[in-house]
Amino acid sequence: MTTPGMVLHFSVEGGDFAAAGEAASKIKKALRKIGIDAGVIRRVAIAAYEAEMNIVLHARRGRLVLEVAEDKLQVIAEDEGPGIPDVNQAMQEGFSTASDLAREMGFGAGMGLPNMKKCSDTITIESVKDRGTKVVMGFDHR
Amino acid sequence: MNLRKIQQLLAAEILWGEEFLDSIAPSYACGSDLMSDVLAFTKEKTLLLTGLTNAQVIRTAEVIDLSGIIFVRGKRPPQEVIAMAKERNLPLLMTELPLYETCGVLYSAGLEGCSGLPSRRR
Repeated sequence: MTTPGMVLHFSVEGGDFAAAGEAASKIKKALRKIGIDAGVIRRVAIAAYEAEMNIVLHARRGRLVLEVAEDKLQVIAEDEGPGIPDVNQAMQEGFSTASDLAREMGFGAGMGLPNMKKCSDTITIESVKDRGTKVVMGFDHR
Repeated sequence: MNLRKIQQLLAAEILWGEEFLDSIAPSYACGSDLMSDVLAFTKEKTLLLTGLTNAQVIRTAEVIDLSGIIFVRGKRPPQEVIAMAKERNLPLLMTELPLYETCGVLYSAGLEGCSGLPSRRR
């Protein structure tokens, strides 16, 4: 049984489409187990899934971290990859640098970061070109 | 409207989940090949109509608890995708109709969309 105060780590491999979504669904199950509100779980799961897809689509490797505190929880998506040259541009709906393969998967339409922002209560994005990106999303759950 | 009725309206093939067709009754439907839009704009108890047949469709369904998936224009998902749906108790149907016509049939029969906008149905 997981409890508030827990921290869970999930590694995500770039290009591994077969596993893409596993981390998000494990996060969802963990939150369900500790009785987090269903609406919050839905928002967290969508944001985590988009973050995971971004790592799979754009980065070499990365990880998702779930941190649960008393009244807040955080999902941190951190990767080693190309970075985002212009974060403001990437936050605009429809802006995308994704490949045709991403589009065949039903992603890559420039909705990932906007969806993550919409689902979370707070979001910060730090990115260094050719190094990687760190997205921290906060969710109130009380 | 339960999945049995939906299956009959569309003359859809049951790919998997026969035993759930009577008990699952979606409140809404969404037609899209773009999973980011499905994630962003659907509600609880939504039925997805799509032409996309890869694993990401099943993952998307799992993340937002979709009621089921109808593959349109005769697109048949590979066996491994059907196996993923079985593991998640997610019913799968397939219709020969294209997306627009599938949406039209279900909308006319009373299945609402996810937008919350006033219905224009007559």
